[in-house]
Amino acid sequence: MIRDITIGQFFPGDSVIHRLDPRVKIIATLLFIIELFIVDNFLGFAIAALCLGVVINVSKVPLGYIVRGLKPIIIILLFTFTLNMFMIDGHVIWKWGFLELTEEGLRTAVFMAVRLILLIIGSSMLTLCTRPLSLTDGIERLLSPFKKIGVPAHEIAMMMTIALRFIPTLLEETDKIMKAQQARGADFETGNLIHRAKSLIPILVPLFVSAFRIAQDLAMAMEARCYRGGENRTRMNEMKLKKRDYTALVLLTMFLAVIITESKLF
Amino acid sequence: MDNIITIENLIFEYNKGDESHPVRAIDNLNLQVERGSFTAIIGKNGSGKSTLAKNLNGLLLPTEGVIHVDGYDTRDDDNIWNIRQTAGMVFQNPDNQLVSAIVEDDVAFGPENLGIDPAEIRRRVDKALKDVNMGQFKKKAPHLLSGGQKQRIAIAGVVAMKPKCIIFDEPTAMLDPKGRAEIMSIIDELHAEGITVILITHFMDEAVRADRVIIMHEGRILLDGTPQKVFEQEELIRSVNLDVPLMVEMGAKLRKAGIDIPQSIITEEEMVEYICQYE
Repeated sequence: MIRDITIGQFFPGDSVIHRLDPRVKIIATLLFIIELFIVDNFLGFAIAALCLGVVINVSKVPLGYIVRGLKPIIIILLFTFTLNMFMIDGHVIWKWGFLELTEEGLRTAVFMAVRLILLIIGSSMLTLCTRPLSLTDGIERLLSPFKKIGVPAHEIAMMMTIALRFIPTLLEETDKIMKAQQARGADFETGNLIHRAKSLIPILVPLFVSAFRIAQDLAMAMEARCYRGGENRTRMNEMKLKKRDYTALVLLTMFLAVIITESKLF
Repeated sequence: MDNIITIENLIFEYNKGDESHPVRAIDNLNLQVERGSFTAIIGKNGSGKSTLAKNLNGLLLPTEGVIHVDGYDTRDDDNIWNIRQTAGMVFQNPDNQLVSAIVEDDVAFGPENLGIDPAEIRRRVDKALKDVNMGQFKKKAPHLLSGGQKQRIAIAGVVAMKPKCIIFDEPTAMLDPKGRAEIMSIIDELHAEGITVILITHFMDEAVRADRVIIMHEGRILLDGTPQKVFEQEELIRSVNLDVPLMVEMGAKLRKAGIDIPQSIITEEEMVEYICQYE
């Protein structure tokens, strides 16, 4: 059913990784991404992959589940791989017509592919192990120092919270509209692509109308409950760094140091 | 008499596109609501009852006239948050008034807006959820709950703000009979705890529970009094296309058939009791 679609790709669990403070996890992910760009040899990737492997193992998220997340980017992966393989000049090892496979090209292609794969898996670990709502809380907290320079931290977080709340409601609404139209003979399943795209218009129009109605109702309800933006607002769940969070931060710093040293040495 | 709400000569007009021809939703209305009372406001669609409700906590401001809520004038911007905290509001659609994808976070939304200390918010949220019998659902996502349960969460969200008065704007209109009964019993409990209740409804059988019934018609008060007094005016109520409670209708029919049923009987229990003793 349409309402069974999961939001994000959170993998429910109770591991240490799941319980870490979302802020720590966001920073860790950002650092991991930066490190992948510092690394300039395969040994560095090996270290990064090893650390990622440890994190995955501790998180108890099945590897198959993570690998399946790579599916949507396979085409991009193949595309960049082929481009890199043939477009870089150097020592030619294989030639067919105008296509020249060079040693350097092959090396770069593999290098870039590994970097991309690590990048995707690394960042998907964040969403797999963090509830969407704690993620928005974490983002709000991390962005709040930038409020002074005009970053609307609270507003961004509130928008994400409301989006998460209303995705299922709007899916239900879509389902209702589709059924109502199917009952009156609408056909969403046959015909070519253009035909099917066109048949979506009668769904989208009422969906937008009802989204606006919901927005109006919700805005009134929020006002009635004294909502007046992020100022002077407190939060029920305060975020406090616990011992495990500090441990994670120390490990993270060590990992960063290792990667930087490694890239300097080799 | 200690009044929590006083309305003097309230006029409210909507501008529907054309500024020269505003639509008058409320027409020179005067009303006092006593602290701790339970008032039901009944009227057809377009009678101005929902507009009145939104005027009571400053969501709409009077075109003319004055409204005081617990001593605060709603037209004064400085009072607006005090007013909204004093007079909480529960809306009709249970889906469109919940903000968060986790039940307890939603209940915490109001107190968080008031800037209350986190530990106190936690206490209030747990208490409010217990009050509406939804304690075991506090980590659930609202979209997995029934309409009645969602409405109970919405009520908990208002209760957690510790209002003195709660305005219910047709809270049961979108619910099934079971959900409706649950909400009505929660409203009764809140009233028993001393909260002033204003219930806007078009279900006559919900109105008989109130201490006072007000019938609105075309932006004015048509009838105002105890349920017994108001429902005696069966003819007048019918003349504005409203129904009367089932027991009032039954009493009238029995009287016509020559059985002497007092006009003061408006609830099922009273009727059953009277008929059992009838000789």
